[in-house]
Amino acid sequence: MEIKVADALVQCLERENVEVIFGYPGGAILPVYDSLYHSKIRHVLVRHEQGAVHAADGYARVTGKVGVCVATSGPGATNLVTGIANAYMDSIPLVILTGQVSTSQIGTDSFQEVDITGITMPITKHNYLLKDPLKLTAIIKNAFHIASSGRPGPVLIDIPRDVANMTIPFKYPSNVRLRGYKPTYKGHPSKIKEIAALIGKAKRPVIYAGGGILSSNASGELLQFAEAISAPVTNTFMGLSGFPGEHPLFLGMLGLHGTRSANMAISECDLLIGLGARFDDRVVGNINKFAQQATVIHVDIDPAEIGKIIPTNVPLVGDVKQILNSLLPLIEKIDRSKWLERIGELKGQYPLTYCRGEVLKPQFVIELLWNCTKGEAIIVTDVGQHQMWVAQYYPFKHPRTLVSSGGLGCMGFGLPAALGASLAAPGKPVVLVTGDGSIQMTMQELGTMMEQGLAIKIIILNNYALGMVRQLQEFYCEGRYMSVNFKFHPDFEMLAKAYGIPGYTFRTEEEVMNHLPEALAKPGPAIINCIVPVDENVSPMVMAGQGIHEAIDCG
Amino acid sequence: MEKHTLSVLVENNPGVLTRVAGLFARRGFNIDSLAVGRTDRSDVSRMTIVVEGDKALIEQVTKQLHKLIDVIKISNITEDEYVDRELVMVKVAAEPSQRVEIINIAGIFRARVVDLGRKTLTFECTGTEGKITALEESLRPYGIKELVRTGKIAMLRGSKAVSVGGPWPRESDEE
Ligand SMILES: Cc1ncc(C[n+]2csc(CCOP(=O)(O)OP(=O)(O)O)c2C)c(N)n1
Ligand SMILES: [Mg+2]
Repeated sequence: MEIKVADALVQCLERENVEVIFGYPGGAILPVYDSLYHSKIRHVLVRHEQGAVHAADGYARVTGKVGVCVATSGPGATNLVTGIANAYMDSIPLVILTGQVSTSQIGTDSFQEVDITGITMPITKHNYLLKDPLKLTAIIKNAFHIASSGRPGPVLIDIPRDVANMTIPFKYPSNVRLRGYKPTYKGHPSKIKEIAALIGKAKRPVIYAGGGILSSNASGELLQFAEAISAPVTNTFMGLSGFPGEHPLFLGMLGLHGTRSANMAISECDLLIGLGARFDDRVVGNINKFAQQATVIHVDIDPAEIGKIIPTNVPLVGDVKQILNSLLPLIEKIDRSKWLERIGELKGQYPLTYCRGEVLKPQFVIELLWNCTKGEAIIVTDVGQHQMWVAQYYPFKHPRTLVSSGGLGCMGFGLPAALGASLAAPGKPVVLVTGDGSIQMTMQELGTMMEQGLAIKIIILNNYALGMVRQLQEFYCEGRYMSVNFKFHPDFEMLAKAYGIPGYTFRTEEEVMNHLPEALAKPGPAIINCIVPVDENVSPMVMAGQGIHEAIDCG
Repeated sequence: MEKHTLSVLVENNPGVLTRVAGLFARRGFNIDSLAVGRTDRSDVSRMTIVVEGDKALIEQVTKQLHKLIDVIKISNITEDEYVDRELVMVKVAAEPSQRVEIINIAGIFRARVVDLGRKTLTFECTGTEGKITALEESLRPYGIKELVRTGKIAMLRGSKAVSVGGPWPRESDEE
């Protein structure tokens, strides 16, 4: 029996256990929506396609499953581009479906035609233009496999309208056939032995763990490993929540706005164990001053990351979870009390600090948020200073409880990603910490939130500014503040009211202390507008060209 | 900086050339020459890419190429014994009185005349890059009107081969 390609597509999605799709309809994708009409898959209608892709991304970050979104051709497809780039930079598994004009019209500049496979080539792990209807099932099978295996990433499938309406015999393939794609999972045994030996000899090891810990679900192994070798752990921004934030071995985040203790430990260590991290420029600072005394071990699933930025003494390609499991039995416990003493000293000497004054400080809000949730919430952020304060002052407890745009640093990610996170973890509190700038990029999704009945608590750290850029202008442009201060904001409480959301405005420590706990505890969503000073800086900060241990205080 | 010749087997899918060329462009790798064509099997094409760079760069190029799903196999031919060839066609200004002289010069390089115009001579020549360049330089004084090079193609010597392997046509392809 033959069925319509669009019906087959939806059946493929069901076979891949897709539970929710985020999307926005249009002409070219009409057949697919017609097929979704009969499906049990939940479709979440967003208010802008960027919202769909960020929501799918947030969903994927929380569940570890492939997030799925759909949009029509032309403007629908181009509205996805930012979100696809975001997922690509952070290695998030997504399958993106776009409608395309009919095959006979492709290449003729027809209505709502864009070459979305061309546009997204550099920001997808792979993409397909479905021309041959018989290839549909294999393409979907491959797409889910490619998105979720190896180093995860987004895969886009562009579906011309006429192809979607053709009929094919339906048989979902049981396995993938991709001769050019075979990720390595198992680490090379001789390298694993070599690493074990190096760890045995090291006096001052530091574990530098990135987002790979989360994508390979290796947090448990990382904890065992760190305790077994008595090495302190620092997380990259993407790695946060991969190691318990209150653990005595935890140094906090490293890099540009990292803790001084993490950055100092990096420059003092004699063995740097990089796990699922990519030596990003925001982590490394001046490369010639980074971890100068250290032998470098680099474990990553993506061979291209190894040796890309810094020379590595021991490279090891594979899945970090499997590798840690192979490594653990080879580890001998050795006494590193002297090094751990030094780490304790660094942590004692350089805690993160800020000045509490008469006005409400953003860091105080985050600390209070921690006290209210104790790590039992999913924290979503936008991009800017508020994001860094979350990274610094919220010691994440469980893996996948931070949802934030790292590599792309994409303002506007927060609210839609929170929708996805909230749908991914029903019953779990979801708190969005956003900025007054970021929220205004995608706040149309408040409508989606209400329509879906999602109880997201939105904390706006409102400094009436694009604070992070303002901070850059303070330090790099001698305080010439150009286009960073807002002279107009909507009344966020009134905005909340317009959507039927409880709204709050807090101006003092006392107000937040008295009301934040109940605002968070109340069922349903909330918009919590916290007025914070415009001139508060994220501190410490590593200036351009400096080593990370040379960070300045700018509080 | 050395030149490396990469023999890259790719799926014969539409857009694969764009994927490879785009990767080189956005990662800032320079392509010296690129020759593409089908292999003995219709589903696989071969790209012979000449890249200039140090060891670290070539390693990155190779690793990044490997990340493309459509790339099946990459071999740095230059690391082994190999033969390489390039085909050139060159149109030279030639007054009737100069023809013999020019044909004699071209003969040294075993270039063959493929076309004769009233005031031009067109040669074809295959050989290594060095030979082709030498031919070009020898003809330059007469005036080169047009020159087309295919880009280098290369193969390992002896029984070694850069190929996909497995039977072809695949049985499973008939399903
Ligand atoms: C889409 C996008 N545009 C511009 C930027 C540059 N940028 C980085 S942080 C920032 C300011 C963010 O302002 P806000 O959301 O209010 O956060 P704050 O820094 O004030 O906490 C800007 C403009 C960006 N990261 N993303
Ligand atoms: Mg702001």
